[in-house]
Amino acid sequence: MIPFDFAYYRPETVDEAWGCYFNLVSANKKPLYYAGGTEIISMARVNSSVFDAVIDLKGIPACHQLTLQDGAFIIGSGQTLTRIAEFGAYPLLSQTVKRIADHTIQGQITIGGNLAGTVKYREAALPLMISNCRVKIMTRDGLLEMPFLQIFDGRLRLKEGEFLVSLTIDENDLQLPYNHVKKTKMAKIDYPLITLAAMKKGPEIKAAMTGYGDKPLLLPADMLNNDSLPPAERITNMIKLLRDDCKSDLSGSKEYKEFVLQGILEQLFKNFAEGS
Amino acid sequence: MHYAGDSIIELHVNGESKSVAVKPSHTLLDVLRKQLSLTGAKPGCANGDCGACTVLIDAMPVKSCLMLAVEAIGRQITTVEGLKDAPIQDAFIRNWGFQCGYCTSGFLMVCHALAMHHPNAEQSVIEEWLQSNLCRCTGYAEIKDAIQSILSGNLHRHRQRGAFF
Repeated sequence: MIPFDFAYYRPETVDEAWGCYFNLVSANKKPLYYAGGTEIISMARVNSSVFDAVIDLKGIPACHQLTLQDGAFIIGSGQTLTRIAEFGAYPLLSQTVKRIADHTIQGQITIGGNLAGTVKYREAALPLMISNCRVKIMTRDGLLEMPFLQIFDGRLRLKEGEFLVSLTIDENDLQLPYNHVKKTKMAKIDYPLITLAAMKKGPEIKAAMTGYGDKPLLLPADMLNNDSLPPAERITNMIKLLRDDCKSDLSGSKEYKEFVLQGILEQLFKNFAEGS
Repeated sequence: MHYAGDSIIELHVNGESKSVAVKPSHTLLDVLRKQLSLTGAKPGCANGDCGACTVLIDAMPVKSCLMLAVEAIGRQITTVEGLKDAPIQDAFIRNWGFQCGYCTSGFLMVCHALAMHHPNAEQSVIEEWLQSNLCRCTGYAEIKDAIQSILSGNLHRHRQRGAFF
């Protein structure tokens, strides 16, 4: 049971949502954008998040797209992980979102919620960080489009009242060879010790991971692809470079995470060398 | 659409329309149990981890502790009370699929949906779906036996009986 009252709004357009947010703010209310609701309800139940209103974005068609169109895969921010996985247009993303939470919850969690929520792992971001992905954001100047990495540096850098409307991934990146690894402390369904997503575009490997530190990280492409060094040396150099980013937590110590990452990267190089 | 304070809303539950007075802060689980007296969905962790509160929304399993009742307007809600002798219920009895029984209604809903959507589900799919629910008596093997026992045979008959809303 949620121990406080709030109002519920379900706008039908991005402009209506924007107006609703600022009307509430000007009435000294604290609104939250709402989609799947799993995190907001969990936190509200224990008073970790208190607000006056939720603005449910699921009724907005622009937030509900899921289509291959004009050479791109377009995903509305209100699409659930289940629907994205089942649509299957981007196998690396499908595989990544199918390992977030459990199967039932995946039917409620939205990709926008996973990216914009407070849980630090944001696993759905990994395939977006390494592909040619653009985002559409609702801002005071209307809808703005920009590269995903311009607005995401481990978390979405949204200003007051802004919200994610959709993601667009270049279709040339959808079917590339990829690897996805999720290591957890014990159970299959858990937050990640390390989750890594990687793809190979031509000769170049791109990889991003989460769980290693406080936020999703891109692996340094120059080191990952430095063919003048053998893979083992590249791995050692990357682990050294990322030493300050690596954090101990309940899932594992810093030293253990470095050890696990070394194994993941050895397997990654092997898999890509073998063409898988 | 906008709701604040107490509002009368219409929910479509187990094939029937029900008018209920809710606040936006009421979860679907609260409304089902306290207002509609449908106590089959159980409060467990209230945090989306255990699955004891699972119901079907438009034929897909949902943890009702993590859904607001107002979100369910216009959707088809099925609780364990709406199964009405579905094959999975008989299969749980035949395969000893429950011990204390607290998790049973949640598992029944997940298994029922699985049988509807994947009548020829492979092991990996069965495990993926079942991993959404916890049984503290650890009767997982029997629950898996129960779902496997209905995957190939009874689905068509089940659909004809109209037990699925």
